[in-house]
Parts: sequence; structure tokens; C-alpha cells
Amino acid sequence: MLQNLFFGKLTLDVIPFHEPILIGVMAFMAIGAIAVIAALTYYKQWTYLWNEWICTIDHKKIGIMYLILSFVMLFRGFSDAIMMRLQQAMAAGSNAGYLPPEHFDQIFTAHGVIMIFFVAMPFMFALLNMVVPLQIGCRDVAYPYLNSLSFWLTFAGAMLCNISLVVGNFARTGWLSYPPLAELYYSPDVGVDYYIWSLQVAGVGTLLAGINFIATIIKMRCKGMTLMKMPIFVWSALCAMILVALAFPILTVTLALLAFDRMFDMHFFSEFAGGNVMLYVNLIWAWGHPEVYILILPAFGVFSEVVATFSQKKLFGYTTMVWAIGIITFLSFIVWLHHFFTMGAGANVNAFFGITTMIIAIPTGVKVFNWLFTMYKGRIILSTPMLWVTAFFTTFAIGGMTGVLTAVPPIDFQVHNSLFLIAHFHNVIIGGVLFGYFAGLIYWFPKSFGFQLNEKLGIYAFIFWVVGFYIAFMPLYILGLNGFMRRVNHYSEVAYQPYFIVAAFGALLIGIGIILQVIQLFVSIKNRHALRDKTGDLWNGRTLEWSVSSPAPMYNFAVLPTVHEIDQFWADKQRHLSEGHVHPKEMHYEPIHMPRNTPAGFIIAMFAGAVGFALIWQMLIPGILAFIGMIATVIIRTFSKDIDYYIDAETVKKTELAYLRGIV
Amino acid sequence: MHNAATIAHDHEQHHHHDGDSTDVFGFWLYILTDCILFGCLFATFIVLNDPSMHGPALKSYLDLHDILIETFLLLVSNLTFCLAILSIYKSKLFRAQLWLVLTFILGASFVYMEVTEFAHIAHEGFSWATSGQASSFFTLVGTHGLHVSFGLLWILVMIVQLPILKITHITKRRMTYLGLFWNFLDIVWIFVFTIVYLMGGI
Repeated sequence: MLQNLFFGKLTLDVIPFHEPILIGVMAFMAIGAIAVIAALTYYKQWTYLWNEWICTIDHKKIGIMYLILSFVMLFRGFSDAIMMRLQQAMAAGSNAGYLPPEHFDQIFTAHGVIMIFFVAMPFMFALLNMVVPLQIGCRDVAYPYLNSLSFWLTFAGAMLCNISLVVGNFARTGWLSYPPLAELYYSPDVGVDYYIWSLQVAGVGTLLAGINFIATIIKMRCKGMTLMKMPIFVWSALCAMILVALAFPILTVTLALLAFDRMFDMHFFSEFAGGNVMLYVNLIWAWGHPEVYILILPAFGVFSEVVATFSQKKLFGYTTMVWAIGIITFLSFIVWLHHFFTMGAGANVNAFFGITTMIIAIPTGVKVFNWLFTMYKGRIILSTPMLWVTAFFTTFAIGGMTGVLTAVPPIDFQVHNSLFLIAHFHNVIIGGVLFGYFAGLIYWFPKSFGFQLNEKLGIYAFIFWVVGFYIAFMPLYILGLNGFMRRVNHYSEVAYQPYFIVAAFGALLIGIGIILQVIQLFVSIKNRHALRDKTGDLWNGRTLEWSVSSPAPMYNFAVLPTVHEIDQFWADKQRHLSEGHVHPKEMHYEPIHMPRNTPAGFIIAMFAGAVGFALIWQMLIPGILAFIGMIATVIIRTFSKDIDYYIDAETVKKTELAYLRGIV
Repeated sequence: MHNAATIAHDHEQHHHHDGDSTDVFGFWLYILTDCILFGCLFATFIVLNDPSMHGPALKSYLDLHDILIETFLLLVSNLTFCLAILSIYKSKLFRAQLWLVLTFILGASFVYMEVTEFAHIAHEGFSWATSGQASSFFTLVGTHGLHVSFGLLWILVMIVQLPILKITHITKRRMTYLGLFWNFLDIVWIFVFTIVYLMGGI
């Protein structure tokens, strides 16, 4: 009885000692963890880690932590991908492949969940944190402490998802866990519970971050920066965050209802007792479709910044760009049904959603033409960020066309849930979102770290990524058109096999691309002194983030900037160049008011993760204790008075002069 | 020297003023997201509250007399909370605490009546595991009740915190948040009252 109250369903049997692959993974993870702990202890870095990173509420550092989380999870997500490609390349005819179905099902579920929630979302928030406050000329986000909490909640969600690898198992239901399969009757183990609670914890973090960035962008812009003078990246971030605020509560409700069905024997989504399965499908896609645009809009923002900078021209059609982003934001809420045309909504409803879906191609097309016209007659510099943009144009155009194709309901009936769909959404998510984020990362890397990434290795990585992408996903289009469905563990028709072998080869090339990116990072860190960005304006940029040193000082701007036009920094440079000086040397500095670091965000999020874990295993007492701990931390923090401090003017002056000396 | 101090003070005032408007804006955004959360639960209730469904009907278990009392408890608690805020702005700390205590008692009575109602309905054989309709009823009304309970905890914290931190711009701001939250829960309750109890019960 007591054991049940403490440990719930958790016993030693749930650790999969009988699976050699998982034991290998566990050993690898254990060695990695021990190595990190040993290194931290040996170099006496624990206090540094705690004070400078875990407690930090500096948006620039939080951005870097999002970035690290995203890259670590990319490795896991990609391992899943390559395992699936291998399995499908092998498992034709009499060969059963190397993965049993229940394992294969967990892998494709984990792949989708990790890539969307724990790679793409943290990557997006990394870029937002690294750039948005600098671009709008303010010293931090609106709620720095909430920002830290958001990150650590996302981290806790990702860790719950990772724990499922070694304690219990993950969902076998696909990345959206449709009932009735996700109901307790068909999925009696903890897999779906891991799915629910890891996403619930991370989802709350995302929602809070969304609120934070809306408030930051609406309320904290520097003097003179009206909405129509904001950089396009900030516009895209604002619209994406509005989508977060509107869509993520739906996810919270949907997952909660599914959890109630499983935990309390409720009947929201049962096929009997008055439950309604289609309710789940509608709710999850009412969140899921905006989610796609949450990811792509900031990528569009990155393209706008990169294209303008590397064409050395003002962005073509700023106003139309803003309107296009706004219209996409609106339309993204009235297209969700195109994800399930085949589920019996009827011809009229399907026609409505088919047409709204096709309409989205128009503002998107406007944006693409704006970028092309920006490049037209520009002095284009083909640096690595710009290379990713060029790859994006072609890849995203193909993905967009297959998207409009599947927006036609009769065609969708043919290709629904086939590999054609898989190829389509990888085409837009890799070719649009990921390429965009890579461009943004390389572009803003010097601003966050103070040195540039190695260009040559970046180009190699780019080539492997792009070529690998086409080789991996074009065969899937052909397979899908020939009727091959998604999530298939084994097929008897060997004629399909060559396509899968080609696709697996493509995935391998992408893998080499990722390894090259890692090598690029290490080589760049090693040569960081040679690659240092002394001016703070490495790319001859146009927006405010380039007007400060790289990396930006803790307070971002010694004097908050004033803006009169779009691309004020660029205009200033043009004017000052003719006058012979760029930066004023004699300045009057004032003390700067800063928020103080706090461990509260980290502690609350860790308790939230513990609550999630307790709910997964139905551990009553630890769950209640962790919940009380979470609430108590929130309350104790509200009594704290020591929440801010001033950086004195002398320190500010010293920092600024050191930076100016570096330029000269 | 004196001049510099004044400037620094003005600067701080300015900062607090700006900070307060940003913070309240953020809380409005939070309320917006909570609205959507309730919107989804209402939609779920409307979809699953299908009269053609077989099984026991929610209608026969609802007691509208108790609900009327609950409604008045919650609405009056809103009035007492507003009086607490007024006292805060008149810098009358003790009176504000008294009004908060009264608000707490009214809110707690609301939650108590709701829990009793739930227990009663479940005892009569209409538990959340009975049907989709029952699940959505308990979840929608229960989520509101849970919000009210969190509000109660928050009121308790404020009762304790006010004499410790005194009436500063921080505690004023927190009372503004709490006021928004408490008002919002009233508005949600009006919808619960209308859609669940009046439309479902009559």
C-alpha cells in the first residue's frame, strides 16, 4: 500500500534491461553524464554554472541555452530518423528488418515529437531571445524571470521525454496521439502518459514565453520605433507569438482531456458512452496548424533580414511583407480541417477548407517575390546565411506546390497519410523552417558569441544538407504517389525497396552534414581569436543589434537608441561615413537598472518536471510534495525584495570604451 | 548632489510607471489565453452535451437553487474585492485586509458549495465516468472551481503579504492582477451559469 502511494506503477521491471540497443543508449548516456559531472567538478565550474547559467535571466544567455537544448535534441531526433530509414531500407519481402514493430512505432512517435517540440521550438526561441530585444533597442524582455522559467519548463519537458528512453517507454501512437489508440484500453502502458506530460510541461513554458515576447515587442520598443518601423524579424516574431498565445491553450486543454480519459476513466474521446473521437482530432489540429506557422513565420523573418543584409539593399516591399505575415497569421486559424479531409466532414466543408488553404499560397508568394526583388540589382554577397536562403527558395517552392496540390480534397483522398504527405511536410519544415533557422543562426552567431563560424566547413555542411535532403525525400514523393503509406514497419513488395535505399543514403548525407556542423562549431571555437568580430557589425548589417559590441554587453545598450526610420542603423552608417566617424567617442553614461538573477525559475520548472513524472507513474505522495514545492517556490519568490540592482555609470563607460578601442 | 538624487528618483519613478503598464498588459495577455482555455472547454461541453445521447441526462441532476446562491456568493465576493482595492488606494491597510478576508470567506463558501454539489451528483449515480456529457460537465465546472481555489490561495498570500511588504507599487500591482483574475472568473462563471445550468438545466 505504502509502496504504491510512493512509487505508483514504477518498479525496477520498467527499465528495459532486455533490449540491447537501449542498454547501449543507457550506457552511453551514463558515461556522458558522468563525464560532464566529473569535468565540472575537476575544473570547479559548479558555482559558475549555477550563478551564470542556471540562475541567469539574461535573454542572451537564455537564448544560448535554448540553442544547446535544441542541438542536443536534434541528435536524438535525427538518430530516430536514421533508424527508421535503415529499417525501411531493409524490411522488404522476407527480411523483417532489425526493429520490432512496437519499437519502430515508438521511434516514429518520438521523432515527430522531438523534432517539433524540442528541436524546432527551442531553436525558434533561441533566435528570438538572441535577437528580438536587441533589434527593438531594449535591455531585456518584458519579464526576465518568466523568461528563465519558460526555458526551464521546456527543458523539463524535454528531459521527461528523454527519461522515457530508459524508464518505461514512449508513446506508439504517432506524434499527435489520436484516440482511440491513445486511450488506456489500447495503450495501457505509460507511453502516452510520457507524451502527454512532457508536452504539457513544455507547452506551458512555450505559452509563457509567447506572452512574454508579445509584451516585450508591444511595450518595450525603443523611442521612435513605431510598429511599421520594426525590423521584419520582429514582426514575424510578434505574429508567431500571437499564434502561440492563441493556439497553445488549445493544446493544454486537449492533452488535459486525454489525460483525464486515461487517469480518471472519463469519456471525452471514447468511442462509446457519448465520447467523440473527432473532437480530439479537431482540437489537436486547431492547435497543430497554427503551430506550423509559429515555426515558419520567424524563419520568414530571418530570410527578410538575411536577404536585405547580403543584397546590401533595403528590403523590397516592407508594407506588403507585414501584411503578408498578418494575413498568414489570420488564415492559419481557418485551415485546420485540411489535415483530415478524409474523415467525413462532407464535400462543402472540405471545399471551404481546401480554398482557404490554397489562399495561403498568395501571401506566401508575395513574400517570396519580395525577397527576389530585394536581390534584384543588389550587390549580393554569397556568405553561408545567404546560401541557405537560396536553397530555401527552390526547396520551399517545391514544398509549397505539393502543399497546394494536397489542398485539393480529391487529390488529398489519394495521398492522405501516404509518404507523399511525409515528403511534403519535411519539404516545408526542413526546406523552410530549418534552413531558415540555420541561416539565422550563422547570421547572428557572432552577435551571441563574439566570433564567426568557420565559413568553409559551413559551406560543406550546407552542400551535404541540401543534397542529402533531396536524395532523402524525393523518393518518398514517388513512393507516396504509388500508394505507400506512412508509419510502415515492413512491406512485402520488394519493388519499393530501391527507393528506400536511396532515401536512406540521403539521410546518411544529412547525417554527414550534421557532423560537419559539429566539426565547424569545434573548429570555430578553437580559432575563435582569428574569427573574432571586433566591430560588432560583421556583416555590414542594417538593424540595431549590429550597433552594439559582439557579444552584446549585459545591458545591451549603454544609451537606449532612438529611431526615425526603418533600418536606422544603416542610415546612420551612410551619414556618418561621409562625416568620417561611426561611433561617438564622448558620451554621457547613466547607471543602468537591471533585474537580478534568480534560481526560482529553475526550481519551479524542476518541481513541475517532478509533478509530470509523478503523474506519469501515478506516484501520489511524491506528486503532491512536488506540487506543494512548486507553489511554495512561487509564493516565496513573491516575498523577495532583492530583485534588481544598478550597474554604475563608470562600469558602463569602461565597457563601452573597451569596445570602441577594439574597433579602432 | 541633491539634484542628482532627484533625477535618479524621477528616473526610478518613470521606470516603475512604465514597468507597471507593461506588467498589467502581460497579465491581460494571460487572461486572454485563459479565455481560450475556457472557450475550448465550453466547446467540448456543447459538443458532448448531445440530447440524443443515450444514458442519464445531466438535466435531472442539477439543483438550480444552490446554483443561484453560488452565483451570488461569487458576485458579492467581487464587490468585496473591489472594496479591498479601494482601501488599498486610500492606503488603509487593515481595512483592505478585512475586505480580503471577507472575499476569501465568500469565495471559499462558493468552492465548498460546488464540491458538495459535485459529491451529491456523483453519489446519485452521475459521476464523471458515466458518460462524455458527465466528463465535460465536471471538467468545465471543475476547472472554474480550480481557478477560484487558486484565487483563494492568492488572496491568502496577499492578506499575509500586505503587512510585510506594505502598500507599494508592487503590492498595488499584484492587487490589480488579482482583481483582473477575480473579475475574469466571475465573467466565466456567468457563462457557466448560462450555458451549463440555465440552458442545460431548464
